[in-house]
Amino acid sequence: MSGARNIVVLTGGRSLERNVSLRSGAHVREALTRLGHDVRAVDADGDVLGSLLAGKPEVAFIALHGRDGEDGTIQQLLEAVGIPYTGSPPAACMSAHDKALAKHLMQAGGIPTPDFRCLSERAVKQLGGAALLEEIERSLAFPLVVKPARQGSALGVKFARSREELPGALVGAFSYDDKVLVERFIAGRDLAVSVLDGDPLPVVEAVPREEDFYDFSSRYEIGMTTFVCPAELDDATTARAQELALATYELLGCRGVARVDLMLDAQTSELWVLECNVVPGMTDTSLLPMAADAAGIDFDQLIERVLESAFEHLAVPPERAG
Amino acid sequence: MSGPTSEAGGRRRARPTAHELARYEALFAARTRTMKSSAMREMMALTEQPDVISLAGGLPDTSTFPPELFAELFDEVAASATARALQYGPTEGMAAAVDCVVEVMTAEGTRVDRDEVIITTGGQQVIDLVCKALIDPGDVIVAEAPTYPGAIPTFGAYQAAVAQIEMDDEGMPIDELERTLDRLAREARRPKFIYTIPNFQNPGGVTMSLERRRALVALAREHELLVLEDNPYGLLRYEGEPLPTLYALDADAGGTRGGADLVIYLGTFSKILSPGVRLGWAVAPRPVLEKLNLGKQGADLCSSPVTQLFVAEYFRHRDATGEPAWLAYVERLRALYGRRRDVMLAALEEHFGESGRWTRPGGGMFIWATLDERINTTDLLALARTSERVAFVPGSAAYMDGRSGASSMRLNFAGNSEEHIREGIRRIGSAVQTQVGLISTLTGSRARAGAAPTGADAAPTPSGAGERGAGGAGAELADVVELPRRARGSARRRGDG
Repeated sequence: MSGARNIVVLTGGRSLERNVSLRSGAHVREALTRLGHDVRAVDADGDVLGSLLAGKPEVAFIALHGRDGEDGTIQQLLEAVGIPYTGSPPAACMSAHDKALAKHLMQAGGIPTPDFRCLSERAVKQLGGAALLEEIERSLAFPLVVKPARQGSALGVKFARSREELPGALVGAFSYDDKVLVERFIAGRDLAVSVLDGDPLPVVEAVPREEDFYDFSSRYEIGMTTFVCPAELDDATTARAQELALATYELLGCRGVARVDLMLDAQTSELWVLECNVVPGMTDTSLLPMAADAAGIDFDQLIERVLESAFEHLAVPPERAG
Repeated sequence: MSGPTSEAGGRRRARPTAHELARYEALFAARTRTMKSSAMREMMALTEQPDVISLAGGLPDTSTFPPELFAELFDEVAASATARALQYGPTEGMAAAVDCVVEVMTAEGTRVDRDEVIITTGGQQVIDLVCKALIDPGDVIVAEAPTYPGAIPTFGAYQAAVAQIEMDDEGMPIDELERTLDRLAREARRPKFIYTIPNFQNPGGVTMSLERRRALVALAREHELLVLEDNPYGLLRYEGEPLPTLYALDADAGGTRGGADLVIYLGTFSKILSPGVRLGWAVAPRPVLEKLNLGKQGADLCSSPVTQLFVAEYFRHRDATGEPAWLAYVERLRALYGRRRDVMLAALEEHFGESGRWTRPGGGMFIWATLDERINTTDLLALARTSERVAFVPGSAAYMDGRSGASSMRLNFAGNSEEHIREGIRRIGSAVQTQVGLISTLTGSRARAGAAPTGADAAPTPSGAGERGAGGAGAELADVVELPRRARGSARRRGDG
């Protein structure tokens, strides 16, 4: 291992994913401590800048999911004060965190992503709902998935099987964000590929335990879904999924680690990219550690590699303390 | 220093890797698969912030208890019984605490045999012990819809299948209960007990009518089914006349003996004194009581003698007028909570208006409000929490499937000041209006208020007309929710991403 570093772990925060962030942060902190580093955790729900400046860390490990941690806010702050940090730069964070923007970029970049429409609350109010719903109905077929554009977890994600269900689903999604996307639903298998430093890890499949595919919230609950890694796929599909994940990672300009979620179309066997997560979960039941483990990288090694990736793009790595 | 991940040697790492988690997975009991944490619960944890007005809690207002009295009572316990307070006590509870139970039950108009009482660690333990004594995996519990959110993890942990019966304004419709029992019998499935909160139900805020109480007891006797009567709020009545407990009705129906045959009564000091003393009780037929006692031996040997002696001392205390202090305190809570209920009802009228319907509880702590069916209250909570800084319990928390009741919410009026209640409801109303406005824009129509049990529950219906008449739409909504859910495969799982 490399020398001991003075590290701040940014955790907690104010987003709806605060609790997950706290768990990720705790695991990261424990691993970094085991690795011999000098670690301090900072809950990003208050004066982050003050804490950062006071501690003078040589690097910040971002374990902050959702708003602030994934939308580029914290990254811009760290850039401004000149502290290296783990993960993607601000522009990549902004592009990935906004699912609508990410999908526009994917479409332009030739990465297959399900057809969609993006609605803003303002547009709905100004243009009137009925016309919008009609346009959506004309251009996309039911069932549809409605998602808040900038909300990390499954919160607010709804199915609309028919036109009648669409207003309720939209109102639900608008509770989390004033920008919402309506996406064609791909029936099939739920896959995730994490990319570590430009290397795709083994594919993870999420298998809902219940037959009810229409309930996203229970789909991501403990015990409601089982995860298989490596996913049982033929070699060509595995390679294609990894290739698409890497292409998405590169297209968005990600650094360090990111997780790309895909669907394997049950009818056509096509792969579709849904979204990219720039701060994937780091709890011991999260997908990234699971995929790394399948690749023979244990949790501490994973954390060390993510940490080191914070310096790789810098021309002159800072002096090490230990 | 060298990290414990060093390649050399076979040293165990301090933290399990994902791979190692599979090992623990094989060791976890099957029932843990049904013990779940939901996104909604995660979100509830975020509501405990200083500038958020929370109407979500199940809390009574303990700030009303006089600190001098608290100190005086503990002084008395210290002077008279330090050694006993610090010692283990009997599993069934200390005689002095049982005396208090008899006193509370008498105030509820219910005669009990002190040998049929067991003191427990809060009322919650009674639910756990009853499940432990009665439920094999797959056995059916019949409960109200919505039901007490705190019972849901307990039912899940014992792998019960729960049939929830939608209430109307007189509580659980007994004809629907009968149909459910018939259907279960046809499916050769075994209901073990009926779980009901007959007074000022949590979260529904409705009270079971006298006719239905009688019919429920008769039905239980006919089917030889146990009833768990959960009555934390019986003494917190703000209007109308008290109704007899199911326990008393069953005891009367039994005739000769003093106690009930099929009703297990659950009581608690949490709402009439303090949840912090963690003391509740069960009154049960002897054979059931013995099983509860065995279960409690395994769970915690005995409830805290420190707080049992504190409660006993409190019940001996008299106020300036010579009245028992505990009764005077309950009287004070009644006046206080009754006013708070009125404030909340008025605020709902003002700020929800036609966008919702809500129950008008004659007592207790909760109001259940139901909105347009296209509004999901978990999503509404996300909006209300961030844009309005206010919280409530989304209705789906009161359903075993975690999905039904999605347009409803539980509102606590007991634990907040009148000012906070008014402001809290105003804030929720503002979030609701935002969503209602959006729906109107999207559909070009007005939002509709959802169906909810409504109407005051003040007085018993003398005619018994409620049973079939008032059932209405609610009766159609009864459903059976299966637990445990089918487990498939043994792959690893995660809770977050």
